[in-house]
Amino acid sequence: MNPESSSTTAETVIIGGGLHGLSTALHLAMRGMKVVVLEKDRVGRHASSANAGGVRRLGRALPEVPLSVASAKIWQDISDLLDDDCGFVSSYQVKLADTDIHLDQLRDRAKQVRAIGFEHEEMIDQQTLRDLVPAVSKECIGALAVKGDGFANPFQTVRAFYTKCVDLGVVFHQGHGVETITRFADDWVVRTAKHTVTARNLVNCSGAWGGKIAAMLGDHLPIEVRAPMLMITEKMPHFMDGVAGAQGIPLSFKQFPNGTVLIGGGNVGQAYPETNETALDYQGLALSAATAWRYFPIMENAKIVRCWAGLEGFMPDNIPVIGKGYQDNVFHSFGYSAHGYQMAPICGKILSELIIDQEASLPIDAFDPARFRKNSRENGSETLEKFAS
Amino acid sequence: MNDQFDIIVIGAGPAGISAALEADHHGASVCLLDEQASAGGQIYRNVSQSTPARTKVLGSDYLKGEQLVRDLRNSGVVHRTGVTVWKVGQDGTIAYSKEEFATQIKGRHVIIANGATERSTPLPGWTKPGAMTVGAAQILMKSAGIVPTNAVLIGSGPLLYLVAQQLVTAGAPPKALVETQTKTDLLRATRHLVPALKGWKQLAKGLQLIAAIRMAGVPRFTGATNIAIHGDEKVDRVSFEANGKNHSIQVTSALLHQGVVPNTQITRSIGLKHIYSGQQHCFHPVTDLFGQSSNIVFSIAGDGAGIGGAKVAALSGKISALNAVCQIGKIPKSKCETLAAPILKKRSAELAIRPFLDAAYPPPADVLRPADETIICRCEEVTAGNIRRFASLGCKGPNQAKSFGRPGMGPCQGRYCGLTVTQILAQETKQSHDVVGAYRIRAPLKPITLKELASLETPKEPETVK
Repeated sequence: MNPESSSTTAETVIIGGGLHGLSTALHLAMRGMKVVVLEKDRVGRHASSANAGGVRRLGRALPEVPLSVASAKIWQDISDLLDDDCGFVSSYQVKLADTDIHLDQLRDRAKQVRAIGFEHEEMIDQQTLRDLVPAVSKECIGALAVKGDGFANPFQTVRAFYTKCVDLGVVFHQGHGVETITRFADDWVVRTAKHTVTARNLVNCSGAWGGKIAAMLGDHLPIEVRAPMLMITEKMPHFMDGVAGAQGIPLSFKQFPNGTVLIGGGNVGQAYPETNETALDYQGLALSAATAWRYFPIMENAKIVRCWAGLEGFMPDNIPVIGKGYQDNVFHSFGYSAHGYQMAPICGKILSELIIDQEASLPIDAFDPARFRKNSRENGSETLEKFAS
Repeated sequence: MNDQFDIIVIGAGPAGISAALEADHHGASVCLLDEQASAGGQIYRNVSQSTPARTKVLGSDYLKGEQLVRDLRNSGVVHRTGVTVWKVGQDGTIAYSKEEFATQIKGRHVIIANGATERSTPLPGWTKPGAMTVGAAQILMKSAGIVPTNAVLIGSGPLLYLVAQQLVTAGAPPKALVETQTKTDLLRATRHLVPALKGWKQLAKGLQLIAAIRMAGVPRFTGATNIAIHGDEKVDRVSFEANGKNHSIQVTSALLHQGVVPNTQITRSIGLKHIYSGQQHCFHPVTDLFGQSSNIVFSIAGDGAGIGGAKVAALSGKISALNAVCQIGKIPKSKCETLAAPILKKRSAELAIRPFLDAAYPPPADVLRPADETIICRCEEVTAGNIRRFASLGCKGPNQAKSFGRPGMGPCQGRYCGLTVTQILAQETKQSHDVVGAYRIRAPLKPITLKELASLETPKEPETVK
């Protein structure tokens, strides 16, 4: 053994120190569990910091709605959980329509949400929209809106979760990636270049690298790593409080309290997860700029000061993997497909329930990793043999 | 893609103009991109439009630029002025904006000649209106003929003397020179004096400048410490310690200078290799003798590769151009080496004075290790103390620092604070400057409007989601 390496025992080892790993660690620690988090870079280094900070129930895939609604309740009182407001601004999120077709699509959507028993998404007409978001283009004829949605500060959120975890005794090992995972009796033994952690439960919260870790555990989950791009402007005079998206075209648009305007919405650059790098696609950014300008004419001469991209894992059905793995005491929570930020508070709680109570308090069947298990079973037995040795 | 060229040169200062002319001479198609309305760079700014009165103030060295600009006009170089280069791709693709419209061009080889930028001088009060860099004051003199009055010059280095002398000639002598270099610095520098004598003309010129300043009765203070700039709405007073005494001078402007450092925004954005120079207290891109960078497509010429001054820059420009035309097959390697040999020799003679200057006029501790309450990042108002606190909380590098308190995230894109943040973190974390590293730089290299970015390529109307 490397003389510099340390060896730790815990009840749960979490691989990945992004927001989902942090939230899972926090909820486990709050229930008294001994937790170690392994992070290959540094806490919150990737999608957890590079995201747009949207706190949004609006437009969620239907299976996500109950989780997202429960998470929104935690966000409303996030200081109670973290002793830090995470920069959360509760205002509104709107999805804009500029054609009758788009308006009809939004109406259908609102109906679907009501049909499963939720009332938070509501249609607003052009006048209401203009009162709410005066800067919006006159071409916009209505919107789907959620009041109480908004945005928060990703950096601040990462730090708040991390600080609270440390306060509750969670141990972090940062800067070294997982090299091997083996079985020792009923425990998982996870090794990095510097640390060996032995724990009963293993949670994979590795985001863009979630598929890689899952494969080491015999779960072959079809993740794709992409690099969603964002850009931010100079400070501008205050003109809106909430967040706007658009029906039928990628857009995410918000002004922060400091006056800067963040533009995103899903155009992607190139992702290089092996080296942690991303490259920007300027044609894609040009398209985002044109879209933002079209919906918000006030932006024509706004100056863009920074563009960036983060690495994020996408599942083929654009909803995450949350649930038990193929092997005993393995749990996955990743592949949030660029909308995991708002869900972090609740999903950490769900994972803690799965681990401690063996059962989640909210429906998570749609996220079961088994939905991709056709391939996994074929390869699983072979991997199991390897682990058994 | 609108245009392709054999060689694209970024920056029309002495290095860029010389490079463009040399490449043109060897039959390459050359495009020279420059931010200013006319060629000359910072040193020869606006030289072709200068009036006799202004030229008298700015001196004969300034006029040397005229010949270069004239040669450029008579060459085959495509000179695009008033352009803002905001993206340089690793393959030699360059995006720039001109009159609110973005264009992309591509070069088989790109010579980066974007020069130097003034070292930040984070002293208490340096962000108050009325405090500016000596370089900014020179821009006012060169392009608008505006002369700062009732000024005090603070800092160190040859440019400080040059501007002081220019102010004297313009009839607005500065109230004082508050210099930060110490007698120890000068003593330490003397061991570089013998090789520096090869550059005796420059030394003599420096001594002449100092004599002229003394003749005009401008008081000089050396070894100044605890410098602070005061004033409620604008600068009205400067205080400091020198020769064991406290001094206070009423002023209307404070002109700051601590030498220049390579402008690495472009070279960083391409991911070229950089290294920290302990002698010059700054990062510079790694190049070979010919200016070839770590990416085969890019050469770097002039102060952007390491500070050498205008004459060195002009020679480097020629050498880089030879390297570039050789890289793209216009001349064989042997010819490149033969042609470059005498220029390389001349350049090393011109560089002989650098170790002396670097040792005699080092940035002082107050600037390398600013006091806790001094603002480092002026865009986001982050102090040196903040950076030290981030380090104590586990922050190891400038990019991580952003997540602690937003330094480098404002409109200047980290130009002012980048080097200082690295220096403070290196000291606090006991890591080398190279390990601490620098801000990750990404396009847009200069802020551009949404309209400009949107014009890059007329976006296709995306399909409506059914």
